[in-house]
Amino acid sequence: MSMDKVVASAADAVADIADSSTIAVGGFGLAGIPWILIEALLAQGASDLEIVSNNLGVDGQGLGKLLEAHRIRRAVSSYIGENKEFMRQYMSGELEVELTPQGTLAERMRAGGAGIGAFFTPSGVGTVVANGGMPWRYAADGSVAVASPAKEVREFNGRRMVLESGIVADVALVRAAIADRHGNLRFHAAAQNFNPPAAMSGRLTIVEAEKVVEPGELDPADVHLPGVFVNRIVALTPEQADAKLIEKRTTTPRPGAGDAAGAGEGN
Amino acid sequence: MWTREEMAARAAQELSDGQYVNLGIGLPTLIPNYLPDDVHLVMHSENGILGTGRYPYDDEVDPDLINAGKETVTVNPGAAYFDSALSFAMIRGGHLDVAVLGGMEVACNGDLANWMVPGHLVKGMGGAMDLVHGASKVIVVMDHQSKRGASKVLATCSLPLTGEAVVQRVITNLGVLDCAGTHYVLRELAPGVSVDDIVAATDALVETSEFEAARG
Repeated sequence: MSMDKVVASAADAVADIADSSTIAVGGFGLAGIPWILIEALLAQGASDLEIVSNNLGVDGQGLGKLLEAHRIRRAVSSYIGENKEFMRQYMSGELEVELTPQGTLAERMRAGGAGIGAFFTPSGVGTVVANGGMPWRYAADGSVAVASPAKEVREFNGRRMVLESGIVADVALVRAAIADRHGNLRFHAAAQNFNPPAAMSGRLTIVEAEKVVEPGELDPADVHLPGVFVNRIVALTPEQADAKLIEKRTTTPRPGAGDAAGAGEGN
Repeated sequence: MWTREEMAARAAQELSDGQYVNLGIGLPTLIPNYLPDDVHLVMHSENGILGTGRYPYDDEVDPDLINAGKETVTVNPGAAYFDSALSFAMIRGGHLDVAVLGGMEVACNGDLANWMVPGHLVKGMGGAMDLVHGASKVIVVMDHQSKRGASKVLATCSLPLTGEAVVQRVITNLGVLDCAGTHYVLRELAPGVSVDDIVAATDALVETSEFEAARG
């Protein structure tokens, strides 16, 4: 029988995710997030989760839904902005947050998936990231209940660097544009972002794919992430594939189409 | 004094044709508006783009094509997409020529604070702590003083640092200063600003003799 990692549904794909799992999640802002797998995890009910993701969606969207349902115990992220509930749970002590520089976060996932226990990086040297004392969890009275530890700093070629550990997650949830049945993935535009490092870091990596093709349809040279990093694939319906939200829609008027507005009308 | 737009225009003069550049969120995003026509830069967006272009026309908007500020964008001919780990490898590995960031405080030894104010809501450092270690040249563009009149151009930062000894040049509404270790070196004054004005507005030693000699 030929290899086929496609499972029947998103619900089936996430059915065995246990409480207290560490879950790496792809995406940046709302681009490239595994919308459908997050919904399935919400319905599945696992709680006390540690989420490793650059941000936690926005209020009411993406990982913001798990947050609002109080299913996340701890987050490893670089950015809390644009998400009031994330901020509120952190400041009230309901949620532990390990703020991590964005590049360090990406590399920690990549390293974990690449079998590298830890690495030295200049990012964070001379800051609370390396020196320790960053609030991880607040107490109800607003005092710091748990602060980050100091990390080892060493000099390499005249540059001071801080030791950061790789992250191996129990599960990774990832979004791809195209998957073949072996799990070879392609991403669209800037939706790639954290998806490959997240996929690498997962012991069990689940992909939702906008389109699933047969082995051989993807040119081996066109594969962004080889299927060895993928365990399960959920084939999205066209409606699911198209249901993407935009955080900040910025446009510029087409030349000659009138000069109604300047560049970059945002909302 | 320079306006925000004039500060962006002054920062644009720091960039030259063919450079790989990362522009931070806020004021630095205005810089491309002031580049001469013969200066073509390759813009890096840390979420995974080299060759970030203008905002899209209405019918070009792609939810999967955003910049690091989460704004919808397009890409220029010759652009590339990649994952976040590779994107920050470009940054930390020193492959970018220039990074232009906003700031809250700068110290004359090049320390930068721009990510958190204790007691205020923390948004997270995002990519700022990586970016300051990435580029050959790190330029900060910010107001010289806070709204309450306190200097942001200091001998020592009081806010939690983003990076140690990482900034080369500061462009403010009053002028241009280089970080020179124990002091700043004055390079340029905004119109209507005197040497005395910028020295008084800076909470550190400012070396002005070179500037004054050049001015004659």
